[in-house]
Amino acid sequence: MMELICPAGTPAALHAAVKAGAHAVYCGFADETNARNFPGLNFSRDELSASIAFAHASGAKVLVAINTFPRAGAESLWHQAVADAETAGADAVILADIGLLAHAAEHHPDLRRHLSVQAAAANPDMINFYATAFGVRRVVLPRVLTIAEIAAINREIDVETEVFVFGGLCVMAEGRCSLSSYITGRSPNMNGVCSPPSHVDYATEDGELAAKLGGYTIHRNAKDAPAPYPTLCKGCFSSADKTGYVFEDPTSLDATELLPALAKAGVTALKIEGRQRSRSYVAQVVRSFRAAVDAVEAGRPVPPGTLARLTEGQSATAGAYRKTWR
Amino acid sequence: MPLEPMSIALSRLVRRMIRAHPGLLERLGEHGNRRFAIDPTDLPLCLLIQPRAARGTVRVYRHPPASDARIAGPLAALLGLVHGTWDGDALFFSRDLVVEGDTSAALALRNAIDDAELDLGLEISAFAGPFARMLQPIIRFAERRTGLPLRRMEDPE
Amino acid sequence: MELTVGPNQFFWDAAQWQDFYARVADEAPVDRVVLGELICSKRLPFYQTHIPEAAERLVAAGKRVAITTLALVTLKRERNLTAELVDMGLEVEVNDLSALAHLPQGAGFSVGPLVNVYNEGTLRWLVKRGAARICLPPELPLASIETLAAASAAPVEVWGWGRLPLAISGRCYHARLHDRAKDNCQFVCAEDPDGRAVDTLDGQEFLAVNGVQTLSGSCANLSPQLPGFRRAGVAGLRLSPQSQGFVQVCGLFRDLIDGRIDAEALSATARPLAPGASYCDGFPTGKAGVAWSGAV
Repeated sequence: MMELICPAGTPAALHAAVKAGAHAVYCGFADETNARNFPGLNFSRDELSASIAFAHASGAKVLVAINTFPRAGAESLWHQAVADAETAGADAVILADIGLLAHAAEHHPDLRRHLSVQAAAANPDMINFYATAFGVRRVVLPRVLTIAEIAAINREIDVETEVFVFGGLCVMAEGRCSLSSYITGRSPNMNGVCSPPSHVDYATEDGELAAKLGGYTIHRNAKDAPAPYPTLCKGCFSSADKTGYVFEDPTSLDATELLPALAKAGVTALKIEGRQRSRSYVAQVVRSFRAAVDAVEAGRPVPPGTLARLTEGQSATAGAYRKTWR
Repeated sequence: MPLEPMSIALSRLVRRMIRAHPGLLERLGEHGNRRFAIDPTDLPLCLLIQPRAARGTVRVYRHPPASDARIAGPLAALLGLVHGTWDGDALFFSRDLVVEGDTSAALALRNAIDDAELDLGLEISAFAGPFARMLQPIIRFAERRTGLPLRRMEDPE
Repeated sequence: MELTVGPNQFFWDAAQWQDFYARVADEAPVDRVVLGELICSKRLPFYQTHIPEAAERLVAAGKRVAITTLALVTLKRERNLTAELVDMGLEVEVNDLSALAHLPQGAGFSVGPLVNVYNEGTLRWLVKRGAARICLPPELPLASIETLAAASAAPVEVWGWGRLPLAISGRCYHARLHDRAKDNCQFVCAEDPDGRAVDTLDGQEFLAVNGVQTLSGSCANLSPQLPGFRRAGVAGLRLSPQSQGFVQVCGLFRDLIDGRIDAEALSATARPLAPGASYCDGFPTGKAGVAWSGAV
């Protein structure tokens, strides 16, 4: 059966995910070592240990994301995070940085290493490089590949692949995007945040809601239209004679219908995005996807999705998995 | 309803909740010093919550007071958020909730409350004495107005 | 302090491409030139055959020449292309790590700004693997640049001039803006030889798109940061090609390095040549990248 990997921004969300049928939960420490470093989110060392004990007692795994790029001169913070994840009993760490992978391989050889989507390993040569050089056992594929490409990759590699099936959609190759720091000074790679809430302002102007990031208007919406968070690659902009969503519509990924095709493509694990979302969201999405995964396993048709109202802009796309997205 | 007794009663309730859920302030971190205006847009009231001031204070106003972050929406949406019935992001995407001011602080508050798994019904029934009696009409009003049962059902295993 | 001409990020026709590198060879006071296609493999056939000739002319003019990999390698054809680069006899500038799978152990290479070198651990690993020169990612603050330059056995280079490479995608924004599929793009990116500006709804300069790449809207001009780079031990500045006035920009940076002009003079003289309406140099200062230290 394909493994369902679910997000947890808090211990409460982790409990909700496990109860809703998650095979594994991923989470991170409450600092710059993980790529969802949002206010009020993430785990202390004690919370992680207790949560891992709870998950293991319920037969679920816990994967710890330490997937930002360590700051020069401060690598010990990231090294400590890897050591603490191992001590807490994590089933794997999810890493992106070459230096950190090398450190983990040397100092924590028995701790399973997954390659974060932030490493954007998008072809078999790259994946085999990470597998050979650092003993990576699973790769989270970037959201720029079609299903046919994923199938082709799986034929040429010996490690497991994990793909995103639901939630926020990066339009850019992950871990290779500095749009956020260009506008706000804070980036996913360095600070674990994209379009950080600290730089967001909402203002009502002429009966419209303007969402601004670092002083730049990302959206203007009529008062009652659905309101996307001002993630800068999903804004509405002008270019010459065109005005619109130049990079991506304010939409999110829903690959429910593609689960049978992903299974056929040899994918090991399915990942749900959303460590910044509430425990209620996590419970609903996990329950829905667990039912879908069970259906695929039993050869039954995938039950139709019911998650539309949870998605950004309340619309969903199959993203890059269909070639027309490009 | 007179505002002053309501302010005192709600302050006591919030203090109790903060004591019972130490994780709340821990998650809020520095944002615990902010002034949060919680503005139920379908009520002629607005709450100003200061989590760290005197171990937690709430003041009730007729109109939204000056604040660091304002979270506005129908009472049902606000209560559903606290109670974990609904997802904050989904409420925001659907425009049921509006956030103004310090977005980081608002987000930290949302996340801290979500992790605390508050059960408003339990919190309130555990809160005895004359102030509890003062809150009862508010609770009944809220339940009527929102259709939200404020006592949590056990999660299905 | 050396000057490196980075790989051209844009799509120019073969004649313009040839003319550009002929002028760089003959007139630009630079030390290194990186040739090749960084952004889109579909552009390469248009000028590929001219690369050896350009390389020869540059070498004859006393410049060191490297050839870049693509920034994002996905297709089988692109993987083959990457493997073939290794056999060209030029130093390979790695801008996608999958190139390491094709570089034999011990073979020297350089690391481009699109590889994530954020810390000493990564830098040391790459140097041990054969990296002979490393151009750091543009978003690094000066404190990181200092630490990395101090830790590096190989020369360290930083971004000096040109629209900043901020992101790379599987999706082609040029095609999308023209309502075309990527596979039927008809090479519309050629219409914008320095990228296509993307502004906010309020008309504020914001970003620029270039095929699958997203660039800064304003032109990075790191000349005011030169003293800090020098103190940090930076060995080179990277100047990114643009369609107009590039040789003049190279000359101005050479004058700056040699002390004949200051950053203020460079910025004033180069202003009409800069793609985008404004300058930025925020990244090394730890501010938003779009910030400009010369703003009044």
